[in-house]
Amino acid sequence: MDIIVDKLVKTYGIQKAVDNISFKVKTGEVLGFLGPNGAGKTTTMKAITTFLIPDSGNVHVGSYSITKNAEAVKRSIGYLPENNPLYEDMPVIDYLKFVGELQGISQENIYSSLASVIDTCGLEAEKHKKISELSKGYKQRVGLAQALIHNPDVLILDEPTTGLDPNQIVEIRDLIRKIGQEKTVILSSHILAEVEATCDRILIINNGKIVADGTTSELRSQASGNNVLNVKIESGEVNDIYEKLSNLDDADVVDIVDADKSRFQIDSKGGTSLAADVFQLCVKENWVLTELIPVETKLEDIFKELTTE
Amino acid sequence: MNKIWIITKRELQSYFDSLMAYILLILFLGFSGFFTWLYGSDIFFIKQATLMPFFSIARWTLFFFIPALTMRLLSEENRMGTIELLLTKPVSNWQVIMAKFLASLLLLVIALLLTIPYIISVSSIGNLDMGQVFSGYFALILFSSMMIGIGLFTSSIGNNQIVSYLLALFIGIFFQIIFDMLGHNFLGFVGYVLDYLSTTTHFDSMIRGVIDTRDVIFFVGITFISLVFSEIMLIKKRYA
Repeated sequence: MDIIVDKLVKTYGIQKAVDNISFKVKTGEVLGFLGPNGAGKTTTMKAITTFLIPDSGNVHVGSYSITKNAEAVKRSIGYLPENNPLYEDMPVIDYLKFVGELQGISQENIYSSLASVIDTCGLEAEKHKKISELSKGYKQRVGLAQALIHNPDVLILDEPTTGLDPNQIVEIRDLIRKIGQEKTVILSSHILAEVEATCDRILIINNGKIVADGTTSELRSQASGNNVLNVKIESGEVNDIYEKLSNLDDADVVDIVDADKSRFQIDSKGGTSLAADVFQLCVKENWVLTELIPVETKLEDIFKELTTE
Repeated sequence: MNKIWIITKRELQSYFDSLMAYILLILFLGFSGFFTWLYGSDIFFIKQATLMPFFSIARWTLFFFIPALTMRLLSEENRMGTIELLLTKPVSNWQVIMAKFLASLLLLVIALLLTIPYIISVSSIGNLDMGQVFSGYFALILFSSMMIGIGLFTSSIGNNQIVSYLLALFIGIFFQIIFDMLGHNFLGFVGYVLDYLSTTTHFDSMIRGVIDTRDVIFFVGITFISLVFSEIMLIKKRYA
């Protein structure tokens, strides 16, 4: 099911939480929602799940609109809210059964659905425990299990991996990727590596507006045209090396990162790489080149560039 | 309907799991039993085979206990954020309100059913008017639904259980005492309206065995209005 968000606006008092956002997510796509705190990620997700009623604009999930067919939208969505609220006084299995029944799973199918989500989320050993007795990671799994129980076409996950240990994070990411092959998934996160690892597409929002939209590689090439090299050259006079590096045709800025160890950082002009030039220079001057590392523009930098003014 | 029952079942389960239900049942039976059978103008004192003392005492016992029962129904959901989970499932606001109302009402009905031995005891002592007994229990159920409605509304306002409890008592005391008092001090239409808003008027005539539609409409009306207000509070959160 496709999700179409159309000119969504939501204000809290005078603050615009979501300011005229429009985007589309196709079936089989995992969309990562990135943004600093208070950017409007959660508000957008709450609007898609029909919990918050927007000031204007609309969201379509498949052919259903959140204003006209809220029931049908809710049935097609599996939602893991922020902070993962749960009925802590219930045992895991009773809770999942309750959610399953609410989602309209028939009595004959409910036990097979329960068995399947308990298996996928690795809750077999904990299923009879009270939710309040579980660790944060297991609670998170219960939250995920309740979102998956009715096998929804759309999954909305608000920070799905908070509180999980590294192994669990890998498991959950694999799970999301697996689910994402046939379903539409929107997940928000502030962990950039996570979004990079799980999502086909990234949407960065800031102050309620979309500031970037594309795959990781697209975002990278958009963000910076410069090529940066980290270089370590031994057996030469530091100032001499600095001067000669600066005199290279395409070198824009040369920094001495560490004078004692003679490390340099070279920014090139335009999109060209200086690696070959640096190597030729070292050969000519008879310097020993011990490191030549191209620096990739990190997602963090793109994020920082786009979300700070 | 089915959706309502699913949520009602969960709420009832939670009452029994949290011991709330047992505490309520024991306290209700303890208090009302003590004052009905052992102390004050009890059944033996008035020398009549009637359950009227029980009904009067039960009304005041329920007045204090019901807000304790309803105070967490929505405030806890608001505090924990589980209301978001519930409302993003395919259920309507009204279904959620009705389910919670029904859960509390069912628990109250269980409490009242446990007083059936009172009927048996009194009817074995003298000639008990069963019509009056029926009408009295009916009045208790109507009064309970009114208090549950008010309690549910005060619970829907914020996320603090104590505030919800006290606010329910505060609103309740108007219907229990203040409207009655004011009603005696006003003449004409105002006096009539205030008198009509007092639970005492309606309750007392019902436990005497008179079922008047005006009395029924009063209790059902207040209940319905409270439930509608609770729903409005839920909807308001979704616009906030």
